[in-house]
Amino acid sequence: MSEQATPLWEVFIRARNGMSHRHAGSVHAADAEMALQAARDVYTRRGEGLSIWVVPSAAIIANDPDEKGEMFEPTASKIYRHPTFYELPDEVANM
Amino acid sequence: MYTQALNNPAVEAGVEDEEKLAAFQARIDREEKIEPNDWMPAAYRKTLVRQISQHAHSEVVGMLPEGNWVTRAPSLKRKAILLAKIQDEGGHGLYLYSAAETLGVSREELVDQLLTGKAKYSSIFNYPTLNWADVGAVGWLVDGAAIMNQIPLCRCSFGPYSRAMIRICKEESFHQRQGYDLLVAMMKGTAEQQEMVQDAVNRLWWPALMMFGPSDKDSKHSAASMKWKIKRFTNDELRQKFVDATVPQAKVLGISLPDIDLKLNEETGHWEHGEPDWDEFYNTIQGNGICNKQRMKDRIKAHEDGAWVREAAQAYAAKQAAKKSAA
Repeated sequence: MSEQATPLWEVFIRARNGMSHRHAGSVHAADAEMALQAARDVYTRRGEGLSIWVVPSAAIIANDPDEKGEMFEPTASKIYRHPTFYELPDEVANM
Repeated sequence: MYTQALNNPAVEAGVEDEEKLAAFQARIDREEKIEPNDWMPAAYRKTLVRQISQHAHSEVVGMLPEGNWVTRAPSLKRKAILLAKIQDEGGHGLYLYSAAETLGVSREELVDQLLTGKAKYSSIFNYPTLNWADVGAVGWLVDGAAIMNQIPLCRCSFGPYSRAMIRICKEESFHQRQGYDLLVAMMKGTAEQQEMVQDAVNRLWWPALMMFGPSDKDSKHSAASMKWKIKRFTNDELRQKFVDATVPQAKVLGISLPDIDLKLNEETGHWEHGEPDWDEFYNTIQGNGICNKQRMKDRIKAHEDGAWVREAAQAYAAKQAAKKSAA
């Protein structure tokens, strides 16, 4: 194949106002404008979105899943960050 | 189903780190989803690339028998519905290609595998759509069979495949209903239209049953896929579910199904059915079905005819990028 690979883009869609954009999937397109068009056709055929972001997949930096221990483990021991850590006096019904 | 060629003997059982393998299986057993960057056995990766890409190819080739009727749809309403359905099939192919690509294979490689005949697609799309009722029968029976297979795939252990299947299943229900609706309308028509429905069902019933793949006693691929929770039910279990769901719908429609062995087993509550012609099935998978050559010819032509568009889009993008960096 002499053809050059068409770049990959990640697609994020806001379903309704008041919600954040969520990852919907990916598309291949030569440029940003075509990526937006393709994302519209592929991911919003039934009114799934009000706003679309496309990002070149190569621009996304991800953590290494093999190092997720060091990355996320420290939070597990900090149970005092959760409200349930604290016992309220019986006289206080709600807080 | 859309991945029948997977029922051929398993290929490799490479050497894997026992400890990693056990940890992986434990994750699967806990119903944890596996994501693309997680460690996975090479055979799991390979099975998924094959299964997901074959599934994607089937969606894309599946546009052809239906496309055959776009210009001859009997009303604007039916034409709009058919176009929307075909567009969905293209979309399903794209969701699935994307899922396969997360496993480290490129879109270009996958398309190449289809066009060179290295990858398979479902046998069902090698049957012709001869009359308008075929469009309805494809929706009712073929998409109906696909749904039976795809609902359990929504719980597949591989995250991207499972997410693609959830999207697809939401859309697939429209496909089956529009097909049934088309047939109901024809059954309210003239005697000739009713005969067209019966004719379409007579031709597509057995190929639809074959979509679930060979009988369990001849299917060599199920064990590993079941253990890895890629597959949740065997071919015969899914085929039985489909028959049980479809027989009452045929009755409502007012047509007969072309199987003299079809009868309700009062004890089990299941409809017993005859065996599909497995020689015809294997022959079609091998590339000798009625439309195999036409389908491949059409796909290759579409790909080659589109080459200048892809090239022009990339040349334009390169030019714009150069302008931007110069400014």
